This record gives sequence, structure tokens and C-alpha cells, in this order.
Amino acid sequence: MYDIARYEEARTVDEAVALLAANPNARIIAGGTDVLIRIREGHQPSAELVGIRHIEELSKIELRSDGTLSIGAAATFSRISKHSLITHLVPALGEAVETVGGPQIRRVATIGGNVCNGATSADSASTLFAFDTVLQIQGPEGVRLVPIREIYRGPGKVHLGQAEVLTAILISPENYNGFGGHYIKYAMRKAMDIATLGCSVNCKVGTGNIVEKARLAFGVAAPTPIRCPGAEALVEGKPFSAALVDDFGKAAAAEINPRTSWRASREFRLHLAEELSKQALVRAFIKAGGKVQ
Amino acid sequence: MTSTISGRTQKITCTINGEAVTMDVDIRESLLDVLRNRLYLTGTKKGCGVGECGACTVLIDGEAYDSCLFLAVWADGKHIRTIEGEAKEGQLSEVQEAFVESGAVQCGYCIPGFVLSVTALKEQNCHCDRESLKKELSGHMCRCTGYQNIIKAAEKVLTEDK
Amino acid sequence: MEIVGRSITRVDAVAKVKGTAKYVDDHFVPGMLHAKAFRSTIANGWVKSIDVSKAKVLPGVVAVITYEDVPTHTFPTAGHPYSKDPSHQDVADRNLLTRRVRYVGDEIAAVIAVDELTAEKARQLINVEYEEYAPVLTAEAALQPGIPEIHAGTGNVLGRGGYEVGDMAEAVAESDHTFVDEFSTQVVAHCAMENYSAYAYMEENGRIVVVSSTQIPHICRRIVGQALGIPWGRVRVIKPYIGGGFGGKQDTVVEPLVAFLTTKVHGRPVKMELSREESFISSRVRHPFQFRIETGVTKDGTLSFRNLEAISLNGGYASHGQSIANNCGTKFRQQYRQKAIKYSCKTLYTNMPAAGAMRGYGVPQAMFVMESHLDDIARALDMDPVEIRLKNIPETGHKDPLNGIVALSNGLKECLVKGKELIRWDEKKAAQANQTGTKRRGLGVACFNYASGTHPVGLEVAGARIVMNEDGSVQLQVGATEIGQGSDTVFSQMVAETIGIPLSMVHILSEQDTDISPVDLGSYASRQTYITGMAVRKAAEEIKAKVLEYAWGMTDIPAQVMDIVDGWIVYKHNGEKITPLIEIALDAHTDVVHAKPFTADVTNNARVNALAFGCTFVEVEVDILTGKVEILEIYNIHDSGTIVNPTLAEGQVHGGVSMGLGYALYEQMLFDPKTGKPLIHNLLDYKLMTALDTPEIGAHFVNTFEPTGPYGAKALGEPPAITPAPAIRNAILDATGVKFNDLPMTPQRLIAKFQAEGLI
Repeated sequence: MYDIARYEEARTVDEAVALLAANPNARIIAGGTDVLIRIREGHQPSAELVGIRHIEELSKIELRSDGTLSIGAAATFSRISKHSLITHLVPALGEAVETVGGPQIRRVATIGGNVCNGATSADSASTLFAFDTVLQIQGPEGVRLVPIREIYRGPGKVHLGQAEVLTAILISPENYNGFGGHYIKYAMRKAMDIATLGCSVNCKVGTGNIVEKARLAFGVAAPTPIRCPGAEALVEGKPFSAALVDDFGKAAAAEINPRTSWRASREFRLHLAEELSKQALVRAFIKAGGKVQ
Repeated sequence: MTSTISGRTQKITCTINGEAVTMDVDIRESLLDVLRNRLYLTGTKKGCGVGECGACTVLIDGEAYDSCLFLAVWADGKHIRTIEGEAKEGQLSEVQEAFVESGAVQCGYCIPGFVLSVTALKEQNCHCDRESLKKELSGHMCRCTGYQNIIKAAEKVLTEDK
Repeated sequence: MEIVGRSITRVDAVAKVKGTAKYVDDHFVPGMLHAKAFRSTIANGWVKSIDVSKAKVLPGVVAVITYEDVPTHTFPTAGHPYSKDPSHQDVADRNLLTRRVRYVGDEIAAVIAVDELTAEKARQLINVEYEEYAPVLTAEAALQPGIPEIHAGTGNVLGRGGYEVGDMAEAVAESDHTFVDEFSTQVVAHCAMENYSAYAYMEENGRIVVVSSTQIPHICRRIVGQALGIPWGRVRVIKPYIGGGFGGKQDTVVEPLVAFLTTKVHGRPVKMELSREESFISSRVRHPFQFRIETGVTKDGTLSFRNLEAISLNGGYASHGQSIANNCGTKFRQQYRQKAIKYSCKTLYTNMPAAGAMRGYGVPQAMFVMESHLDDIARALDMDPVEIRLKNIPETGHKDPLNGIVALSNGLKECLVKGKELIRWDEKKAAQANQTGTKRRGLGVACFNYASGTHPVGLEVAGARIVMNEDGSVQLQVGATEIGQGSDTVFSQMVAETIGIPLSMVHILSEQDTDISPVDLGSYASRQTYITGMAVRKAAEEIKAKVLEYAWGMTDIPAQVMDIVDGWIVYKHNGEKITPLIEIALDAHTDVVHAKPFTADVTNNARVNALAFGCTFVEVEVDILTGKVEILEIYNIHDSGTIVNPTLAEGQVHGGVSMGLGYALYEQMLFDPKTGKPLIHNLLDYKLMTALDTPEIGAHFVNTFEPTGPYGAKALGEPPAITPAPAIRNAILDATGVKFNDLPMTPQRLIAKFQAEGLI
């Protein structure tokens, strides 16, 4: 039994915002895989919850007329990974969310929850960073759009008002068209685990087998998910080669500042960052149509 | 049963093992709590309470979920299946039969959850190879069997499927 | 043998797949109250003051009990048979609730409430003030002079042990080479899928009934009696189905407290179900060990002497304590022959969770050091790891100089030969020489020995009762507990085999109840098939003799020329049917003059032991860039005498090997070095392997017959968990040339050492 004092089910986003605005103690619950655990741990005594899992528009995955891919914040990981828009346009994201927990968890956990939870280890986060995702947020003042890297305040903290609802995750065509992407979750187990380091690379191939564009993002390399613009710039416009891959790995490791925790040491994470970014670049480059000898 | 301290309630209507059920559930209850403590469907086990072990797995609209992390109020309108509903008229289901025959059972605590996950795969006509099958079952922990005979049992029913 | 040796379906499989098998928490008692322990948040210190006033007034709270309310005497908790000899008794160092806190999670108070959530909320309303000492988490810290003792008067030394056999000076002189090294093993947890749970209530006559997930109902009854300071017969323990034990439930974790709590609420039923987190930090764990080993060999690889020093860290309370370190030393000695051998060990108190029994009982640690070290020696001498083992393993008939156990059956050589063949050792060794890539393959082997029960260290009493029904079917009752290992099925097979009836005519009572079940010490020490099997066989033989005796009276055919086969009385010499068993059984139940239903109630005190042997062969692939170790092939080959039920036996091997794999590569509990707080206490952070992480496990047996065992059987339950870790360690060494002497061999440790040794 969970220590829940109040539970209200919103049927529309407007209703959810209104319920939240009317009760400063109210918090959103979607899939519940983070919220219920926090309640069980005693972090949210006498919790007052607004459920958003039945809001239809929040689980829609659709392509807008301008080509923007919109993923409803309450879409579950299992729906995302199987959805044809995802597998066709942003397969790397589908693959990334397939690494979350286990099948039962993926059936309830939502991509919006993964972001709003603010965890650097979130398996969707580094890939969303690599796609330059924009978040659509609705609050009492209306709708605002925020690039994903501006939402994180620190570990477990996001810039989201108490009455605001993350409604959709937007990926614009210039950020997915022609890109190949690859996510590597490095964890102790092959399932049911938290990432020791998450590494996502998206890239585009230019004529002459050059790395036209590269986007590298990490989870658990810093207090929040991060991009590595230095490493990206280093390889962009250059012909693909083993030496380039090595440089990319070294630049990536130089650009991050992971910490030592009991889960893993800083040194180990730095080593992994170099290794995984190299591997992810090679895989992403192949997926983007590049040639690797 | 006991005079527990009651919280707010909500009426839900759902089916459990095919039977229509309308009941008032406490908003604090998980589906696991309701199944076990109120309906005495104790075949659904509690191993961790936080979705890490899969012992409490039930089928909701034909798919496997951890019932510990599923609020009872969310069960409204759902078709829920627990292990108690799998044997029909005293006959074990094909999946249950395969578990018995393959030596998949030891202490038995994780078994109801595994049986239900494999049942869902079978009903979805999953023809996964061993690696994908292991992935589909990776949300269930077992300490006794090393999973080997559980995988064997699952493969038995999934490959015998036409 | 017809039924023994066959893969009969488990007798409890149907109940378990249908979800009708009832475990502790599946029993509902009207008016059940729920208890939660208030646990210390510091590792070492005293409670200066406690305030429970807010908790007491929370609606729904029935009682709050603290250390002030419990008896002052201490009690032991280990699941060992009682001994009248004080020097052989378990250390009594627990109070039901404590003011002196000895680890994070120690039980200071308990809340009893109408439901679990209320108990949980009340627990959070309790306030304490501590006087805090620095946590003692290492051997060095425990032995530092002048620090507050964890248990007064002990100097933090819980026990010492050891032995020396043979002429050490001579053996040292004869050695061509001496090797010295150090090893360590980690804290791991049992992780039975069913957490620790028990409830208790009082009968109107004042007796206390405890329903518990226990491996040891009869011992549990005695310990609850001791803990409460009441006559032992006033306690009744009932064991329903159990969701795994692995040694953790060969201890009394929640039973004494819950039994006490019911007495504080006038006998109302009180349940205490530990959460997964509590099961990690406040039950039992496997002892971490530190080793120093010294080995002398002659040029040809013959062991001349072995010398092992061990320090075992026991945590805040004794539990099984020094027994584990002693068993480590015994199996270390029994593994190989040599001129002289020495072992010295000590067990220390620390401010960590109490370490107790866990599958293998000190032997996974012993074999990790022995078998790893032996591979290093083989490497130094340029010998094949299998060859050096074959050269030094004990011969059949070898008698241990200290405990007198004779290896009457010994298939270790056959195990090694078979394992080599299964993994294609020679072929792969040749192919894998001089690898330079980033993924490197290697082969490893490790051997073990294990005992069947605890004789002569412990008492080995077991009980079995058989009652024949009118139709010739029988009820079988044993005091040993089915905990998932399959003992109920094996006992049923033994009875069917011995009496001569189909298995369907044997009905075993799976539940133990100390008011009803025959006296038996329980399930531990891989003793059920071997020890309880002897009692079961005796009882079945007694029933059969009584049936044939009665049949003689009915048929005038002498008992000695008759037999029972498949439910028929037959002529022994040609199998010709005489009369169905049912005729005899019905008559014995109903004949107005001669009626005397057949019953047997046997207690067996087994004063023998038998060594089980075996080995692990493994092939790994090490990714030197990511530190990941992939198990490509793994085989466990066992000499466990006659295999009573091959499918069940394979299941034991699969589970044991998987536990051993976890021990090698994944599992550990970590503690904050500053505060002693557990960092890992759930299944997210504790890396129990999932199906995706578990390789295909090859389970194989060699054919031996143990003359002292029932039907030729000997131990199997624990052995599979012993050698995966050293075998994997040796395979990583083979693949990379790098030695790992500390468990677990996590990627981070691998990468750090690969970097240090210039591999990457």
C-alpha cells in the first residue's frame, strides 16, 4: 500500500494543468515507475497525485505537417520502440528505450517521465540530446517550447513548474533526416539495470565518406546528460578513418567530467567514454550509410 | 479481514480471470495488494515491491505487467489475468504443463510470473529466437534455476506453436 | 532400481505452476497485526534515548516495543543442532531488541499496527539519539587496540581455529618452489525470491505458534524457546512452502522477535514480513574472507605443503560464526594430498550485517583461493592446469587424518577427464595460444570437494514416518524441509522404490509442523538425500517387512520368498504375482482379529559422512576494452554418487552454477567506508543475473556408488556453487595473462588492472 492521500485522474491536458494549479501539493504521476518508488521510500508522504495516463493526446506518436516527429510524453517505452514512425525515422531512439529496465517496466514507464525525472542515467536522455529534441510544455500560462538541454537544473531536477505538464517530445526533420544513430548502454547486466555510462552518437555521411555531421551525447558522464560539441566539431567535415575515430574518443573523454561513486570510478567512466564513443561513432556511421573498412 | 486504516476509495470495474468485478478500491492500493489481500489470489507473489523482480507479474489486456507498480485504480476497465485463471477445469494450460515437464520449477516463487509472461508471448504468436526470448523474460528474477529449464519450457510451447 | 534414478516430475510442481502452493504470506489469519522493526541508522554505538510517543498515538498502532521491554538474556540464532556441551554451543550474543547497535539496520524497537502502512508510518515517527562510535568494517579496524568492543569481552574476535598435520619442516625442505599469494572474497546475499517472513500467535493454552519461511523448523522451535526464556515445548513452528533459502533461512531471522511480539499483544497474530531492502541488510550474508596462502611444490608439480591463513568477517552478530571458517579449512585440507598442511583462521566481529550460512558454507571462499593459487603454480611450472590437479587429488579410500572421513567413492578423476573432453580442452588450448586481439578467449578449471551433512562436527539426526492406508498407498512425513531443492520428490521416489509401489501411491506431507512432523534438523549441509534419505529408507524397509510378515500370515507363503513389486505381492524368484498389496493393507486395517495397520516411525542418527567431488570447466571471452567477460561454455561435472532424479539434479547444478557465476562476476554488497551504511540493498543495485546474463550451463554427472549413502547417493545441493568463480578467474588468466585475486571480477577491476599491466 502506498502512502497516497489523494488521487485525481485527468482526462485532458487542460484538466491536468487545472488540477495541478488548484493544488500546490499535487504532483503528476504517469507510468508510476519512479513516482511510486519514491512514495514507497517515504520521499513523498501523503502524496497527492494527478494521473495523466488516460490523456489520449499524451500518448500519441505522430508526424506533423512540417515533418516534425511528435512523441506524446506519456507514450510508453514499449510503444515507442515498436511504433513504425520511430523505427523508420529515429530507430536509434527506439533501440535506446529498449534498454530500459525489463519488458514489464517498459510497458508502463513513459518517455516524459524519463525526462522529467531529471536523471542523468535515463536511457532515453542521451539519445534525445543527440537528436536536439525540443520539449513542448503546457502550463497555466500556455504552451512553451524548450530545447532539451535547457530543461535540466541538476541531478534529479528540471526546470518545470509545479503546474506544468510536459506534453510532447519533438524532433525536427533537420535533426533526423539522413542521420544514422547508435546508443550504447554500458551497464553491469544486460537487462534490469541502470547505466554506468550511456553514449549516443548520431551522424550524417557526406560525399567522399566524410563525417558531415556528428552529435555525441552522454548520460552519467556529468550530473545531467550532456553533449560533447568539441568532439563533434573535431570530426565534422573530415573523412572517416580509424585515426579520426580515435581522436573522437579522446576528445570525448577530455570533454566530460564524470564523478567517482560507488557504482563506478571517474577513471573507469573516462575510459568507457573514450571506448564507447568510438564504438558508437563507428556503428552510427555505418547506419548512416558510411563505409568502414 | 482487519480493521485497517482506510484511505479514499474509488469504484473500479474490470474482469479478473474472465469474471466481471466491480469493487471499491483504496487509492493507496496496488493491483498486487487488491489481488492478494482482498481477493486472496495469492498466486501472484511479492518479491520486491518496486518492479525489480517480476514475481508479481499479471496479464493486463493480454500483456505482462508488474502488479506491484500498478495502482489498483488503474485497473478500471481492464482485463486482468492471474495465475489462478490459467488452469481450466482442472487442466493445466499448455504453458503450465511445459513448466512441469521441463523441470522448470524449483522453489516456485517466481513461477507464476514466468508462466504468465510466457503465456502472453504464446498468445501473441511470438516466434522469438533464444536471445529474444531471454530478453522478453529478463524482467523476471529467479535464484534457483539459472533460468535454463524455464527457457526450455518456454521454447517448448513457443516452437510447438504453429 | 526402478524409480530411484528416474527423472520423476516434482511432486509439488503442479501446485506451484497453478499458484496454489501457499507460502507464509499467502496465509491469512483474521485480525492479523503487522510489525515493522525500527532499525538503527548508524553502524556502531548506543541509543542514548528513544522517543516513541508520537508513534504510539498514531491511529492504528497497537503497541510499540523497545529494547527496554525485552528479556535481558542473550540467545544464539544459528541453525545448528543444540549441544549440551557449552564449548560446542553457538555463541549467544543477541537480544530481541537492542540498545547497543552493531550495524546499520540493527533492531532497536518494533511497531505493531493494524496494517503494514500504518506500522511503516509509525516507525518513521520514532526518534532516537545515538552515541556513535567509528564503524568497524575491516579486520585491521576490528583488531585495533583500545576501540570499543562490538561485544564486550571479545576483543572483537568471535573465534579462532586451525590445524597442522604432517611434518611441515620436512615438507618445506623437500619443496623445489614455494608460492605465496593473497586473495579476498566479498559479501554476497542469498536473494531467495521470497523474503524473510513469519507470523506468530498464541493458542489458548499459552503456547506460541510461529509460521515461518524456515529451513529448520525443529531448531527454530528451540531457539524461539531460548530467546523468550520459556520451555521449548511451549513453541510450535510450522513451515509452509518456501520460496528459496540457500542457507539464509538456516537461521532465525524474524521468528524470535515475532514470537515475542505476539506475547505483548495478548496472543493476537502478528506478522513480520521483511521488505527486500530489509532482507538484504538485516538477515544474513555470506562471509567475506581475506586469505594468505603459501604452497610448496616439487619440480614435477607434486604438492609438498600447503599453508592457509584466513580471516573471516562476521558482521555484528555471531550467527554461524566460526563454523564457516572451520569448514573452509576442512575442505581446503581434503582437496589434495601433501606431506604437511596447516590452516589457521579467525573470525572477527565487524559493524556489518551478520554473516551466516550460505550455499557452500565457507567452501566457495576456500576453493577460490586454493584453485586460483594452484593455477598460478601450474603456470609458473609450465604445467597444464588439469595435469597438476590429476597429480594431487586424493585417491579413493583416502582417510582424512583429522575427521576420519574416508573417501569410499571418489569420481574426481573421472570428472576432470570428462570436463576436459566436454570443453575440448586440448584442441582449444592449442588454438588460443598467442592471442593479440581485443577479445581474448581462455579456458579455466577448478575442483572441489564437499561433505554430505556435518558428521562428525555436528549431530545428524533425521526422522521419517510412514503410514500405510487401506489401499496400500502411504503417507510419508519427514522433518527435513522442501525449500525448492526437490527433497520431497526424492524421498517419495525412495519410498516407492523400497516398498515396491508406484510413485502415485506415495503421498508426502510437504508442510512441517513441529507438533506433527518427525524430529529432523532441517535442510542444510547438502544433507537431505544422504542423511534424511537414510531415515526414509529405513522407514520404508520397515513397512515392507511388516507387509510381507502380515502377508505370510494370510497366505502361508514365507515372507522371505516374497517381494513387493508395483503394488503386488510377488514371488521373489520369478516375479509371479501372489496377491495385490491392497488385499494385505485392507486386511491389516480391518481384520477383527489380526488388524494392525502398518506404520513406521524412524529416527536415524547417521554417524557417517561421504565426500562429494567435482569440477567446473569454463571458456570465457574477455573484451579487454570494456572489461566484460562473456561465458562461452561452462560445464559442471559432479560425483554425487547415485543421482536419484537426474532432472532435479541438473536443476540444482544450473542454479548453483548461476549463483557461482554471480559470485565470480556480478554480485557484491558494498558499505560506505565512513559510515558503514549499506550502499547496495535492492535488486537494482545488487546484480542478480537475469536470463539474458546467464549462459547455457552444462550439468554432468559421473557414475559412482557411495556405500554409506542411501541407494548410493551423496551430497549435491551446495557443490555446484563452489567452483565457477575460481574456474572463471583461471580462464581470465588464461585469456589475458592477468591474475585477479579479489572477487567479484567486475569490469572496473578488470580495466584498472589491464591498464596497470599495460594490456591496454
